[in-house]
Amino acid sequence: MILSRRVRWALGALTVLVLAFLYLPLLVVVVNSFNANQAMTWPPSGFTLEWWERAANSEGARDAVWTSVQIALVATAIALLLGTMLSLALQRYRFFGRSTVNLLVILPIALPGIITGIALNNAFTGILDLRLTVGTVIIAHATFCIVTVFNNVQARLRRVGGSLEEASADLGAGMWTTFRLVTFPQLRSALLAGGLLAFALSFDEIIVTTFTAGAGVTTLPIWIFNNMFRPNQAPVVNVVAVVLIIVSIVPIWLAQRLSGDAEGRP
Amino acid sequence: MTVTETADRPPRPAPEQAAISLRGLRKEFGDVVAVDGVDLDIEHGEFFSMLGPSGSGKTTVLRLIAGFERADVGTVTLGGTDVTTRAPFERDVNTVFQDYALFPHMNVLDNVAYGLRVRGVRKAQRRARALEALGTVQLGHLADRRPNQLSGGQRQRVALARAIVVEPSVLLLDEPLGALDLKLREQMQVELKALQRNLGITFVFVTHDQEEALTLSDRVAVFRDGRIVQLGTPQEVYEEPRDPYVASFVGTSNLFDSAVSQQILGRAGIHALRPEKVTLTDAAATRTDEPVRVTDGVVEALGVVAETIYLGAAHRVIVDLEAGPRLVVLEQTAGALAAPEHRGDVVWARWALDDVVPLSAEADQ
Repeated sequence: MILSRRVRWALGALTVLVLAFLYLPLLVVVVNSFNANQAMTWPPSGFTLEWWERAANSEGARDAVWTSVQIALVATAIALLLGTMLSLALQRYRFFGRSTVNLLVILPIALPGIITGIALNNAFTGILDLRLTVGTVIIAHATFCIVTVFNNVQARLRRVGGSLEEASADLGAGMWTTFRLVTFPQLRSALLAGGLLAFALSFDEIIVTTFTAGAGVTTLPIWIFNNMFRPNQAPVVNVVAVVLIIVSIVPIWLAQRLSGDAEGRP
Repeated sequence: MTVTETADRPPRPAPEQAAISLRGLRKEFGDVVAVDGVDLDIEHGEFFSMLGPSGSGKTTVLRLIAGFERADVGTVTLGGTDVTTRAPFERDVNTVFQDYALFPHMNVLDNVAYGLRVRGVRKAQRRARALEALGTVQLGHLADRRPNQLSGGQRQRVALARAIVVEPSVLLLDEPLGALDLKLREQMQVELKALQRNLGITFVFVTHDQEEALTLSDRVAVFRDGRIVQLGTPQEVYEEPRDPYVASFVGTSNLFDSAVSQQILGRAGIHALRPEKVTLTDAAATRTDEPVRVTDGVVEALGVVAETIYLGAAHRVIVDLEAGPRLVVLEQTAGALAAPEHRGDVVWARWALDDVVPLSAEADQ
């Protein structure tokens, strides 16, 4: 379709406006993390690394990062394992209830976090009588992390088709050999993309986390939330926010590059 | 399904046993009956083609032999061993897939060596054997390439090399030439035939191209609606089609229904006549009142040329017979004919009664 010059100009301006609206606040956070004025007045009065130093020395912030990393890594690992098995089962075999299972796997990412949070909280404390720990957060995160892996792997399996696996079996390879030598290499980049998305998703999750984390468990988003309104912590919160931005954006950017067909975040 | 299978492996088959033996094979997909009672014996070293339009069940039969599908009813026996319930990797057959199914993450050499690798053949040895197989298909110089760096014809050969390197007793080919252009396809046909002769293994070739089936095969099975409608040598299938379906699917046929047969040939039943069996001569001067005459076993029928189509080596001439039916005639360009007929010319169409093939009426619709 050919657009007139005026329409093109208007669309361009609109795009710039929307992107500015989305990213300028983020930019302000980044700039403020180097703002010499503790009250964060605008424009910045000077450049300083003091807040970064204080953040690096803040035990609370460091612990929160470490907790978040642990949770995200384990939740991602669980998601990779279960997500791959699920998509293989649903994509390569026909069985009763197949499309229902398909829907049930994807559903958690569409459910409001607060519902998932309350439901899991009830299940953990009420029904299973568990203490809320890092473990319960991991399980909670895994429920929606599975979806990104599942979607990526599913899309890849659909694109690759089953004939490579048939060729492998035809040439004498058993099920495991076929998976190791043919299926897995085909899935590698899809797994990486799905895993990175899952990691990012878990790393900045706060709603489900609040409902499933025990008293002593402070993830990075929770730490930020707790310290945001303390005046003398504000600069450090800015720095931590920048870290969170980087840790969330880089994996998603990588995942995008790795899989053109990634259907990660809805 | 057989229930007689014992834990012991049956003894090695005697050479006179069929390479492939199918009995009462039936396979349904949902409501669709893809294969509907196929019985078939394929001999050792035979080049056997399964010919039919898409959806006729030929590919499903191939997949049942390979083990990618499991039969609902019936048995698959390979060299005397019942393999009906065995997985593909437990069957001594290899497949050349329609889309080649080369492993995209491996180079050509690793693709070809794959079957040896999963059988635990040592690296040096499998390299040597893979290179030898690549040599057989004249691709030794491309061993380091990736499949996506190859042309369609080259991929086809890699798929072939990958299947023959493990020395199967049967090679299954699922429309392997379907994706190639005409020139390459004709060249590959010659090479396939030569390869089969040199290796001496059984080829089962699935195709919807009747010409391909006729040129390559020792025997052809014509499929329709999940059944074999005719089985025989290419010559038998072409010269003596069993019913109107085979007569028109394998090559072109002029079909005479019972009324026309009675009128022109003086015979009852449906008949087929191949276009190349008919000759045409100018009738402008020799025209008679009777539109058809039969003398000494030769039929002569008056007609008017409706269309002449130039095919290069031949002309296809369409003649409306005065006696009723429309006749398709194939005339060699290099033949006696000096000037081809034109639209509106009055001609004698002439053919021998012996060339008219009676068809079974059962499949007539």
